[in-house]
Amino acid sequence: MKPQSLLSSINPANVPDTLASHERAEIDASTRFPVLLFFGSAIFWLLVGSLLGLISAWKMTHPGFLDSMAWLTFGRLRPAHLNTVIYGWASAAGIGVGLWLMARLCRVPLMHSKLLISAAIFWNLGVLVGVLGILAGDSRSIEWLEFPGYATPILFIAYAFIGVWAIIMFRFRKPGHVYVSQWYLFAAFLWFPWLYATANILLVWQPIQGSAQGAVNWWFAHNVLGLWFTPIGLASAYYMIPKVIGRPIHSYYLSILGFWSLALFYSWNGMHHLIGGPFPAWMISASVVASIMMFIPVVTVAINHHMTMRGHFDALKWSPTLRFTVFGAMTYTVVSLQGSSMAIPSLNTLTHFTDYTIGHAHLGLYGFFSMMMFGAMYYIVPRLVGWEWPSATMIRWHFWLVAIGILLMVGSLTVGGVLQGLALYDPTVTFRSSLEYATPFRLVRGVSGFFLLAGHIVFATLFVLMLLKVGQNRKGPALFVTEPQNKTGAAAV
Amino acid sequence: MNKLPLIFLGVLLTFASSWLGLVAYPYLTLGRMQPLPDEDTGGYFPPSTSGLAVAGEKVYAASGCVYCHSQQVRLSPLSTDIEKGLGPRHTVARDYLRAQPVFLGTMRTGPDLTNIGVRQPDANWHHQHLYEPQVVTEWSVMPSFRFLYKMQKIEGQPSDDALKGLRGPNAPLPGFEVVPSDDAKALVAYLVSLKRNYPLPESPEPAAK
Repeated sequence: MKPQSLLSSINPANVPDTLASHERAEIDASTRFPVLLFFGSAIFWLLVGSLLGLISAWKMTHPGFLDSMAWLTFGRLRPAHLNTVIYGWASAAGIGVGLWLMARLCRVPLMHSKLLISAAIFWNLGVLVGVLGILAGDSRSIEWLEFPGYATPILFIAYAFIGVWAIIMFRFRKPGHVYVSQWYLFAAFLWFPWLYATANILLVWQPIQGSAQGAVNWWFAHNVLGLWFTPIGLASAYYMIPKVIGRPIHSYYLSILGFWSLALFYSWNGMHHLIGGPFPAWMISASVVASIMMFIPVVTVAINHHMTMRGHFDALKWSPTLRFTVFGAMTYTVVSLQGSSMAIPSLNTLTHFTDYTIGHAHLGLYGFFSMMMFGAMYYIVPRLVGWEWPSATMIRWHFWLVAIGILLMVGSLTVGGVLQGLALYDPTVTFRSSLEYATPFRLVRGVSGFFLLAGHIVFATLFVLMLLKVGQNRKGPALFVTEPQNKTGAAAV
Repeated sequence: MNKLPLIFLGVLLTFASSWLGLVAYPYLTLGRMQPLPDEDTGGYFPPSTSGLAVAGEKVYAASGCVYCHSQQVRLSPLSTDIEKGLGPRHTVARDYLRAQPVFLGTMRTGPDLTNIGVRQPDANWHHQHLYEPQVVTEWSVMPSFRFLYKMQKIEGQPSDDALKGLRGPNAPLPGFEVVPSDDAKALVAYLVSLKRNYPLPESPEPAAK
């Protein structure tokens, strides 16, 4: 065996050389039930969440729509939508992907998976109780923390099992290099409980006094995005891109720079949601600076992924995993640079309090993170159920429905938000105008919700067909193009 | 990066820095701020709120008003909030001492409510508006909060707290009246209590131009 260079040693595409395929199958099999349970429940909540979002969207232009019952009012459906997709869909999907990646990269089978199955059940119970609590009127209206105090302990206990299990795998990992995806996962699984416990103690269980609540609120809400979803999404991209195209990550050193600059700068971002608000100036300034410094990790990761992909972009034609993952990776760059610009105070005054921010949030959580999760699921699920995706046409439908849907949504909210912001800023323009400018764009956003919901129904159908092993048993993976122009010969979708 | 303890330490320290700066620091300073005594009246700034208004704050939270209405007047000249008439001065940490939870808000789909009690002190107006917003403001996209009200047959004398001057498709038929629930009364008491127009030394009113 020839000596490995540093670069090739950290290439996950090389893992098969050091790990017999039956060992890898054994590791995959050990994660089967917990990961499928997290994925299945996540997809269920995705459907519920999209429906709640769709109804809320139409209420913004048609206030009389479904207005007779308390639990169907906008003020309850909107937080129910947000919390369903954050905790029910995105977190559960991220946990599933994270656990599977951890087992694969640590090269150890998942032990005592029954404990994780109970944790998954508890997690979903927590989400269910929380969403029903919001609809019943027990929300305290603290954004991203609307679940009532009787639901969050269930989630926290479930998470404690999950987090300990993810991190314990490190203890038993096979000797060798710790891959960049593992740094991100390790960090995310440590950051989340700290974030969630702090925010729950100080805002839900024993609420602190005064505007300090706002600081803790946005420290939490922004870090859930930056230090929980983002690292899981990037861990997936760092694994899937090299794996599918069969080529190592471009630069090890850029990976290190990207990781540490993210850890340092992202954690300080939250206060840019409160520019001009009732806080000491240094807190706001620190967040504005940190937000702009996010340029470093974002551009670093973008260069690293782009250089890895260079010369292999034709793989997007045949690989569903890669198409979703690269869409997510490119969106990550766009949404992060947009986020940095939104922290510049003069632009913030214009875009803050408008639909522009809503568009930005969806671009991040959906265009980046959710697309990344779809990509990872297209890779992982066949390896768990031992069956190939039954229809490449349906995968194509899923991709185009959600890609068009999210671009339509973000595009309309962005333009409408700027017009709304200009009206809210100009003292000579009435409040009524800000509403009238935004309305046509809100109608377009309402339409985009149908695209997303339809895409999710297609994906959920595919997932159920996989579980039931319906369709012909393919010899190879379901690819968009039957004869892949795959120069590297990597056997992956 | 094969040294796990090193990664662990770095991950913890970077995060701890923001935890100290953005959580512990505001908790120890803003979280322990006291109201300012008002020497003229023996009261305090911000003034204490009635029990009914505190109950209304909970209804405000349960109904999700914060998703469309902010409660902050931002600094001038960074923003035009003061020129827009949202309040005589920008709001500061002390203004929120008694708020639980604090509804700073992130959207202005509807108008800012920092000083709604100053702009619109009439409780009956608020009841009419909550019952059927489009009858009060034709172009409003606010949802109706009719579920906080009860339509009932007038037995003998009309109730004292029945809504006056209701119009529109959901107005009571002759012989009927609309009365607010306890939640509706509390919510309106909270709304008319929102007045941040008292003086605070840390937020002087900008000189008139």
